[in-house]
Amino acid sequence: MITREPYYCPECTSMFARWGYKGLSFCQQVGQALLVALRAIVYIPLMFSKRNRHEVWYQLFFTGIKSLPVISVVALFTGMIFAVQTGIELARFGQEVQVGGAVTVVMLREMGPFMTGLIIAASVGSSISAQLGTMTVSEEIAALEIMSIDPIRFLVMPRMIALLVMMPLLTLYTDLLAVAGGAIIGVTQLGVEVQAYLDNAVLYAELKDLYTGLFKALCFGFIICAVACHEGFTTTGGAVGVGKATRSTVVISFLVILVTGFILTKMFYN
Amino acid sequence: MIKFENVIKEFGKVPVLRGFNLHIRKGETISLVGTSGAGKSVTLKHMVRLLTPTTGDVLIDGTRINDLNGEELGKIRSRFGYLFQSAALLQWLTVYENVALPLRENTRMSEKEIHKKVDAVLQKVGLEDAAEKLPASISGGMQKRAGLARAVVTEPDILLYDEPTSGLDPVTSRTIDELIHKLQKDLGVTSVVVTHDMISALTISDRIAMLHQGEVVEVTPPNEFLHSKNEIVRGFLDSQCIHTEFFEDFPERILK
Ligand SMILES: Nc1ncnc2c1ncn2[C@@H]1O[C@H](COP(=O)(O)OP(=O)(O)OP(=O)(O)O)[C@@H](O)[C@H]1O
Ligand SMILES: [Mg+2]
Repeated sequence: MITREPYYCPECTSMFARWGYKGLSFCQQVGQALLVALRAIVYIPLMFSKRNRHEVWYQLFFTGIKSLPVISVVALFTGMIFAVQTGIELARFGQEVQVGGAVTVVMLREMGPFMTGLIIAASVGSSISAQLGTMTVSEEIAALEIMSIDPIRFLVMPRMIALLVMMPLLTLYTDLLAVAGGAIIGVTQLGVEVQAYLDNAVLYAELKDLYTGLFKALCFGFIICAVACHEGFTTTGGAVGVGKATRSTVVISFLVILVTGFILTKMFYN
Repeated sequence: MIKFENVIKEFGKVPVLRGFNLHIRKGETISLVGTSGAGKSVTLKHMVRLLTPTTGDVLIDGTRINDLNGEELGKIRSRFGYLFQSAALLQWLTVYENVALPLRENTRMSEKEIHKKVDAVLQKVGLEDAAEKLPASISGGMQKRAGLARAVVTEPDILLYDEPTSGLDPVTSRTIDELIHKLQKDLGVTSVVVTHDMISALTISDRIAMLHQGEVVEVTPPNEFLHSKNEIVRGFLDSQCIHTEFFEDFPERILK
């Protein structure tokens, strides 16, 4: 059951009791968000059935294709900015040729998944929570439940698929464009040959960097979906509530993405 | 069929239902009337377990639904049709698709059968011309009727209407009344109608329940309701200028 009553904190006089209840409520929320997300994953085998197919395609389109313009610009400029900054330092040692390796490794390992995660959390994540939040406050979710249509299958599963598929793909795209952006700066500003730039990139980047980056992106996709759907489903209080839900979706996903990114990096490179 | 036993419902510290007792019989049409905020919508939501009582029991055919879950709850819910106060249509689907949704999701009917059925229901509520429109582009009253069509299309045996005629003009209101009455007469569905519209309540109901501050203060058939001595009931009737002598030949005059 998705429609729940809000958690009313009992009135406590003691400060510690209040903190305790806050802590409990926090754990409960995390648990609920995870449960919703995991149940959506359990439903994934139904993605090709007739009643779900259309929505899955639409979400893939909405998450992937519609994000391309903003991601393209951000990726290109991230690569260019990074190349300019490292170029300045490398030029002091006459090592401009190393710029290819620097840009590629940083993008594959960290910045690619990270930038993509932030952009998707801010655009797709916020839109998911705004939509589900509006549906919650206008009783549409409750209506679905009464019609025995599981909102998790009907609404969350297609979005989960879209995020899990598109996050790694978009990350790969970000990586490629950023490397291209770096190359533009390398060639025009630092006087590095294109071939030399690419050779250097291949020399330093490992396949492991690519894999870990894409795995991170997958995790970020899961996080964005879990946070956005949970915030949407627990929205209360009309339009103001939807605004709050959207805001906390973006804030919470940013924080969780940062922390998770750090933990994964520690795990893979230690 | 539906039984409330001493239901108390509190939101945090705010009591909404305070010792609510009501027994709805199979096949009857019962109207819940009462002032705004009396707890009518909350009562309906308890019947499908969108809300759970703080204490007390809600029974459907003798089954306590307070802590049902999963499949059993789904089975109980599939017996209900629910018209929400806000209509609660999915905004990205057309009126036709909204009404077809429960059939597409929960039955094995072919597109052709669904088409036939949805068309018939839309005709009944007078929306055949708006079938291809999006909910946002039709009026509030039309959304209400689309919600009604969606509630009845699966032919449930219990129908819950939350203010089916609010926001509708008097003529359409009477059409809806007739529809509710007809469903009850032809298919023997049990209907619970929340309404502010006394004319509607008096016409279609077998019994009327008056709610006040989360309690049932009176449950009687319409003709006795009109002659009730209860102060709250009298106040409610007088405020809508409804006098006993006005309704001598009720409800035959209005329902065909
Ligand atoms: N989810 C909720 N959280 C907190 N309070 C609620 C909630 N739902 C209802 N209430 C409170 O319960 C009371 C009864 O609400 P309800 O919606 O049942 O009124 P109603 O009788 O349907 O009125 P109306 O005729 O205006 O629809 C109101 O005072 C409302 O503030
Ligand atoms: Mg109400």
